[in-house]
Amino acid sequence: MTRRLRNQLLDHLLHGAGMAATLLGLVVLGALLFDIFSDGLGRISWDFLTSFPSRRAENAGIYAALAGTVWVISFTALLAVPLGIGAAIFLEEYAARGGWSRVIEINIANLAGVPSVIYGLLGLGLLVRTLALGRSVIAGAATLALLVLPVVILSSREALRAVSPSLREASYALGATKWQTIWHQVLPVALPGMLTGMILALSRAIGETAPLITIGALTYVPFAPAGIWSPFTVLPIQVFNWVSRPQEAFLENAAAGIIVLLALLLAMNGAAAWLRDRFQQ
Amino acid sequence: MASERRDRIERLIERGLQACAGLSVLVTAGILVVLLVETLQFFREVSPFEFLFGTVWTPLFLQKSFGVLPLVGGTLLVSFIAMSVAGPAGLLTAIYLSEYAPSRVRRVVKPVLEVLAGVPTVVYGYFALLFVTPLLQQLIPGLSGFNALSPGLVMGIMILPMVSSLSEDALHGVPRGLREAAYALGATKMQTTVRVVLPAALSGISAAGILAVSRAIGETMIVTIAAGQQPRLTANPLVPIETMTAYIVQVSLGDTPTGTLAYRTIFAVGMLLFVSTFLLNLVSNWLRERFREEYA
Repeated sequence: MTRRLRNQLLDHLLHGAGMAATLLGLVVLGALLFDIFSDGLGRISWDFLTSFPSRRAENAGIYAALAGTVWVISFTALLAVPLGIGAAIFLEEYAARGGWSRVIEINIANLAGVPSVIYGLLGLGLLVRTLALGRSVIAGAATLALLVLPVVILSSREALRAVSPSLREASYALGATKWQTIWHQVLPVALPGMLTGMILALSRAIGETAPLITIGALTYVPFAPAGIWSPFTVLPIQVFNWVSRPQEAFLENAAAGIIVLLALLLAMNGAAAWLRDRFQQ
Repeated sequence: MASERRDRIERLIERGLQACAGLSVLVTAGILVVLLVETLQFFREVSPFEFLFGTVWTPLFLQKSFGVLPLVGGTLLVSFIAMSVAGPAGLLTAIYLSEYAPSRVRRVVKPVLEVLAGVPTVVYGYFALLFVTPLLQQLIPGLSGFNALSPGLVMGIMILPMVSSLSEDALHGVPRGLREAAYALGATKMQTTVRVVLPAALSGISAAGILAVSRAIGETMIVTIAAGQQPRLTANPLVPIETMTAYIVQVSLGDTPTGTLAYRTIFAVGMLLFVSTFLLNLVSNWLRERFREEYA
C-alpha cells in the first residue's frame, strides 16, 4: 500500500520536474525578450535606422550595418543556393548509394558540426589572404556561404525526397531524359520546400558574428558598402561593438540593434512558415 | 543527331552537379590545409609539448608564453556549466514532451523552444552580460562583472532545445510495445520511463548530449562578451576567464600582422578546437547510428 503510494508520488514528481524544465526554457525566453525590449525599444526610430554610427551614442544609427547585412546576405544566397541545390540534386537523383556519395554524405554531416569560428579561420586563410579578396563584402559572403552550405544541401535533399517517385516514372515513360524530368517535373514540385530551407539557412547566416569578425570585418564602418569589394560591417557585429562599450547609452543602442535583428529574423521565419503552409498540399 | 547532342548536354549537367557535391569535400580539405599550414609554422617556433601542456598563455604580451591549458580549462569550465543546465533540463523537457504532455501542449511548446535555438548568439551575450550577471551578483556577492558562470548558464539555455529535441527523437524511437509491456506489468508512467524507455534510448540520448558538448565548446560570442577575455587556469566560475573561441575573436579584433607568431596562434588554437569538436561529432554520429540499428 505505502509502496504503491510512493510510486504514484514519484510519478507525479517526474511529471512536475518535466513541466518545470520545459517552463525554464520558456521563462528564460520571455525574460530575454522583456529585457531587450525594455532596454532598447525607446531608441528605435527612423533616425536610428537611417543614421551612420557615431562616437556620440545618441546620434548613432545602424544604417551602415543594415546595408552591410543586406549586401552580405544577398551574395551569400547567390553563392550558397545554386551550389547547395546542385549538390542536393546530384546526391538525391544521380549518385548511386555507397562509395563516393557515402563519403560526401558523411562529410556534409561533419561540416554541419564544425564551429562557425573555424569557418572564419578558413575564410581568413583561404579567401582573405590566399585568394586576396581582402576584408570585403564578397569574402564575408563566401565565408557565410560555405558555413550554410551543409544546411542548404540537407534541406534541399529533404524537399527532393518528398517528391513522389511516380512523377519521375511518368515523365520517363513519356520519353523525357533525366535532366528534363528533374527540370520540368521534380524541381517545380520541390521548390517551396527548398525555399523554406533556404530562408531558414539564411536566417542563421544573418545572426552569425564570429566568422565575420575572424575574417577581419570592421567594427566601426561609417559608410554603406559601395560594391562587393567594399569593406563592411553587419548588424550582429555592430551590436557586439556597442555591447563592448561601458557607456549606458551605447548599451541602449545595442538593445535597439538587437530588436531590429530579431524583427528581421521574425520576418524571414514568418515567410518560411507561410511558404510551408501554403504549399503543403 | 539531336539525341546525340542531348546526351552530351545531359552528361555535362551531371558533371556540373557532381562538382557542386564535390565542393563540400573541398571545404573540409580547405579547413584542414589552412589550419595545418599555419599550425606547422607555429610549431617550428613553439614546441607542441609546450603548447599542449604549458599552463601560461600570454602570446600577446612582451613576456610570451604559449601554454594553451588556460584556454582549454576556460572552455571546459564554461561547457561544464552549460551542460549541467542543458543536460538535465533538456532530458526532463524531452521526457515531459514525449511521455507526459498532451499533444496540444507539445504542438505549442516545440516551436517556441525552436525559437530559443534560433536566437543569434550575440543576443545571448548581451543577455548574459547585462541581465544574468547583475542578477547573479545580487545572489553571489563576490561575483566579478565578467565570469564563467553567467555565460555558462546562458549557453546551457541556448543548447537546451537541441538536447531536448534530439532526446525526444530518441525516446520516440523506442517501440511502443516496450512501454505497453511495462504498463501491463503494473508499472507507473515514471517506472516505465526510468526503467524501460530511458535505458532503451540511452545511445540516442548520449548522442544528443555529446553533440551538445561539441556545440558548447565551439560557441563563441556569449563567452567573448560575458566571460572577460582573461586566460586563467582555474575551476572558479566567479572570476574572468577566456575560452579558445574567445581568444580567436580577441586576436581578430586587434591588428595583429599576418605571418607573426601571434597571428599563427589563432590557427593552432583553431586546430585544437576543430579536432576536439570533430572527434565529439564522430562519436555522436556513431552512437546515433547504433541507436537506429537497434530498432530498425
